[in-house]
Amino acid sequence: MTAVAGASPAAHRSSKAKRRRSPTLTVIMLVMFGYAVLPLFWLLANASKSGGDLFSTFGLWFGGDFHLFANIGETLRYNDGIFVRWFGNTVLYSVVGAGGAALLATIGGYALAKYDFPGRKLLFAVVLGGISIPGTALAVPTYLLFSRIGIVDTPWAVLIPSLCSPFGLYLMRVYAADAVPDSILESARIDGASEFRIFRTIALRLLAPGFVTVLLFALVATWNNYFLPLIVLNTPTWFPLTVGLNQWNAQANSGTSGAGDATYSLILTGSLLSIVPLIIAFLALQRFWQSGLATGSVKQ
Amino acid sequence: MTAPAVRAGLPRPFLRLRVAGYAFFLPFFVVFLVAVVAPLAYAIYLSFFQDRMIGGTVFSGLANYTRAISDALFGAGLLRVALFLVVQVPVMLLIALGCALAIDSGRLRWPSLFRITIFMPYAVPAVVSALMWGYIYGDQFGLVGQIGDALGVAAPNLMSRSWMLGSIGNMVTWEFVGYNMIILYAALRAIPEELYEAAEMDGAGAIRIAWSVKLPALRPALLVATIFSIIGSFQLFNEPNILQTLAPAVITTSYTPNMYAYSLAFNGQQINYSAAVAVVLGLVTVVVAYAVQILTARREKTL
Repeated sequence: MTAVAGASPAAHRSSKAKRRRSPTLTVIMLVMFGYAVLPLFWLLANASKSGGDLFSTFGLWFGGDFHLFANIGETLRYNDGIFVRWFGNTVLYSVVGAGGAALLATIGGYALAKYDFPGRKLLFAVVLGGISIPGTALAVPTYLLFSRIGIVDTPWAVLIPSLCSPFGLYLMRVYAADAVPDSILESARIDGASEFRIFRTIALRLLAPGFVTVLLFALVATWNNYFLPLIVLNTPTWFPLTVGLNQWNAQANSGTSGAGDATYSLILTGSLLSIVPLIIAFLALQRFWQSGLATGSVKQ
Repeated sequence: MTAPAVRAGLPRPFLRLRVAGYAFFLPFFVVFLVAVVAPLAYAIYLSFFQDRMIGGTVFSGLANYTRAISDALFGAGLLRVALFLVVQVPVMLLIALGCALAIDSGRLRWPSLFRITIFMPYAVPAVVSALMWGYIYGDQFGLVGQIGDALGVAAPNLMSRSWMLGSIGNMVTWEFVGYNMIILYAALRAIPEELYEAAEMDGAGAIRIAWSVKLPALRPALLVATIFSIIGSFQLFNEPNILQTLAPAVITTSYTPNMYAYSLAFNGQQINYSAAVAVVLGLVTVVVAYAVQILTARREKTL
């Protein structure tokens, strides 16, 4: 299905490709390329420096000796391997939170698109209203509520809000409307399949590209989540990477010089390690999210 | 085989579909209630109470709201993010639009390389982005200072009072310009080929096609991008919160409304007032986002 949808624009592009290339345009875009990539290159270069080189050598190139692997070892070992623990926490929050969010949004969006039940339009309108309330606005109220129930400072306080993706539901509703033809559902019903079986064996496969898109964006949201875990967690062993890295930053800047300088190397290396998984995920799955995003932004 | 199913009457299959529809929607809705509706309702409830020295927590009506509206710190924060919104959002969206049009034009070398790399910063956590840019701006091993030294000029202190908002604007632009570019690019790809053919037959050039075919088709996607950016600006928290460690004198605890609500709840222990501030901020966000939507719709009608 995506192969067919992808083929026609590609053909249309190839007819346009005969147009003359514009060097000016390419140069302007090279500037944008530099803007996007140079800070990341700076991070790589400086995470590869020894503590002394970090302060004495130019930022946009590597130092005298290549210290990256030594720095990685240092980061993983520091403070009894707290970084590894944070990394594991982030993986836990992201996999359970984003995986759950994508699954719930897929089933819910499919229900709204393919089943006619009273209150369907109203429920969709309520969820759409939920899109305009971002996580950051809810963070303080969520903390207040969760401390009342007594689940602050537990993984649940991070996981439960992560499971909810109103934007994912919206995207899946739009996607399911086209991706799952009514005729297939009808013939499966005539064959006597239960509704759950129809979803599991037929609809889920057709919804896969949309599911991957929602999963990726939920993954970014949970992996990068900072405000909520900052508020609801106190115990460092439950911190995700984002809160942990900022704790190191606060340590490095707390004034006691000497101890601070070594911590900068840890922060730079830790930052580098924390962005690698998402960048790999986006590169590996680009076919999915690009076609999925097209659905969400075009159909209004 | 099919005959009994039909004879069983219309209500049964209809009922079956209804039950299945509710059952599929229910799990999402339960989480939505717990994660969105309940905190919101609880915050609104809390905002009507006050902690008094004598008498404990008492119902205080709209007192927290009248206090929030006349609170100078809250007002200054709102003004600051409004200024941020008015400058940063148009700049970011114009760059994103330019990039999307350039990649779609077919006149660019390596279009997919540009598409992927400009999008990449979106995958970087705001915390890492803020730390990285903060160090680049900073005076310890900052790149800005090093470049200034190399050129023999005094580099501006990008984390001083006058530069800070622009410096945060640069971080946010870096993080989100590629995301918006991808949304706009996806909308451009969906323009039917016939529209281009018709325009070319009318003798329209590349610029003319961009203006009369592509831009109108981009309007819904641009509106979505604008609304999300407006929400993001009003809710600004992560970047200034991280930079606070690096520039505590410039970024106060009420630098943005969200930071203010946070510090009221945690450092000031004023939970009820913090809830009111969060609610007012949410209302302002929704009203502005809605107003932009209505203004755009009205202008489309008059065109």
